[in-house]
Amino acid sequence: MTPSSTATPVRRRRRRLSLGRALVYLGLLVAVVLTLIPFVWMLLGSVKTQPELIRRPPTWLPETFTWDNFTAWFTRLDFGTFFFNSVVVALFTVLGTLVFCSLVGYALAKLDFPGKRTLFGLVLVTLMIPGVVTFIPLFVVVSKLGLVSTYPALILPFLAGPLGVFLMRQFMQEIPDALIEAARIDGASELRIFARVVMPLCGPALATLAILTFLGSWNNFLWPLVVAQTADMYTLPVALSLYSVGQNATNYGVLLAGSVLIIVPVLLLFVLLQRYFIQGIAVTGIK
Amino acid sequence: MTTPSTVAVAGATRSGGRGPAAAARRRTAVIAYLFALPFLISFAVFMVYPLVASLLMSFTDFRSLDIPTPFNVGFVGFEQYTALFQDGRFVRSLLNTLYFVGVGIPLTMVVALALAVALNNGINRFRTVFRVGFYAPVVTSIVAIAVVWRFILQPDGLLNTALGAIGIAGPDWLNDPWWSMPAMILMAVWRNMGTLMVIFLAGLQTIPGDVLEAAEVDGAGAWQRFRRITLPMLRPTLLLGAVLLSVGYLQFFEEPFVMTRGGPLDSTLSISYYIYNEFGFGNYGTASAASYVLFVAIALLSLLQFRAFRAKG
Repeated sequence: MTPSSTATPVRRRRRRLSLGRALVYLGLLVAVVLTLIPFVWMLLGSVKTQPELIRRPPTWLPETFTWDNFTAWFTRLDFGTFFFNSVVVALFTVLGTLVFCSLVGYALAKLDFPGKRTLFGLVLVTLMIPGVVTFIPLFVVVSKLGLVSTYPALILPFLAGPLGVFLMRQFMQEIPDALIEAARIDGASELRIFARVVMPLCGPALATLAILTFLGSWNNFLWPLVVAQTADMYTLPVALSLYSVGQNATNYGVLLAGSVLIIVPVLLLFVLLQRYFIQGIAVTGIK
Repeated sequence: MTTPSTVAVAGATRSGGRGPAAAARRRTAVIAYLFALPFLISFAVFMVYPLVASLLMSFTDFRSLDIPTPFNVGFVGFEQYTALFQDGRFVRSLLNTLYFVGVGIPLTMVVALALAVALNNGINRFRTVFRVGFYAPVVTSIVAIAVVWRFILQPDGLLNTALGAIGIAGPDWLNDPWWSMPAMILMAVWRNMGTLMVIFLAGLQTIPGDVLEAAEVDGAGAWQRFRRITLPMLRPTLLLGAVLLSVGYLQFFEEPFVMTRGGPLDSTLSISYYIYNEFGFGNYGTASAASYVLFVAIALLSLLQFRAFRAKG
């Protein structure tokens, strides 16, 4: 992995410094345990009873194991609807982003047109624009169109993500021109070249973009909070945050169970696909 | 770029703008715009238009009641901006955000760099396990994890029980105006260190091993190698990390929204939270002005970081 790993003399010397290495391992182990404690605490807390949760000092392992906190989400709260909303919004946001961003990415990477540099510059500038700057006029537009508390309102504003354009354009630029030129000489249309030559080579970039977009959508909060104004349109984070205030603020068991229901699916996905997650961050970061 | 063949021909006829080559160029341009069209429409409607509208709105007294008749609002010039800076709560939110950013960014970077360097030096076994562990907080929903942290940070919660075990009497983190912000920062470091760690790791792996070895042969100690070689060569990566982090940190909103509602005594009221509140009151003009102040702050901080990191190089 590291370039220095090919250097045998240094390696041999390092191996002898076993005390130093042991200390590094120990330090990392302590750090990783500390990092993961909130997750463990959440999981254990979600199956404890309310009296046990407010008892002091806190207990580690649940004395009486209960699923009640989870069943509350399915009976007293409408978990099914919130989950469905989150999934629908994330799914369409990912699909739309993949299509929109790879199309424009191809134009920016492989086609020549007036205004190309301006467009790409504009995209780069908007990478830094905070969501709070645009959400008020967006809300005005959405309410004038009568789209408040609808799926389009939750999905459409996120299809124009500048990060996706940047990512696809950078990746497509690496595809050799000769490949595309050969297809052109064979008389293939640009759309055909895009679909048959370029897209099949973009697997890694599409995977990265899909994961980043999914995460962004699943965890998105401010916009859904503003635009989903009826309970039947709440996404999971909105439902949890609105439940967590007022009289339910001390309903720790149900709150922790809600956190488990939001976090665990994504965490499982992450552990399974961790290579793609981390590659994605590193690629978007370094490029 | 155009294709090589069209470039060659186009060079000859460029001035005329006629002939088959020019026609081919026009055709390519049309096709390119068709490819860009879905994005262009959604970019124009959901990004460019709101940006401009928000700027215009910040010079008006636009309120939620004006939605049906947006063109009947009064133009007030910079009044919203001057009013903002006379509003004690806005100034407070500005200072709070600076506190969060000023302490949070360096802290997150130091922790992430320490983790990345540790993982990069001689750790071969369990590297993936460590990486996954440190990165896991990044994928969590801030809202969901803030609920968990709110529970951990209770006066007699997990953190204070642990502190008590080593003889420290922990504060009432979220209800003490002194400690509420440090608690937010602690959680932000925990949640964001993984992103920077991954970016720093990738940066560390681009540093050629022979340079470090040469320094080692010349008698440079581990700390010296880190100070004199690793850090300078990592500067572009550090800059990138700092910019990414500051764009995120300057907008922090979910943490106080779930954990403290901006309190106690406005001690965790961020600029974004202030904007959200003004929006809730229907003061769209004020909220837009505040959002542009935030935008300028982000741009300035990024510029400052570019200068700082470049100056040292």
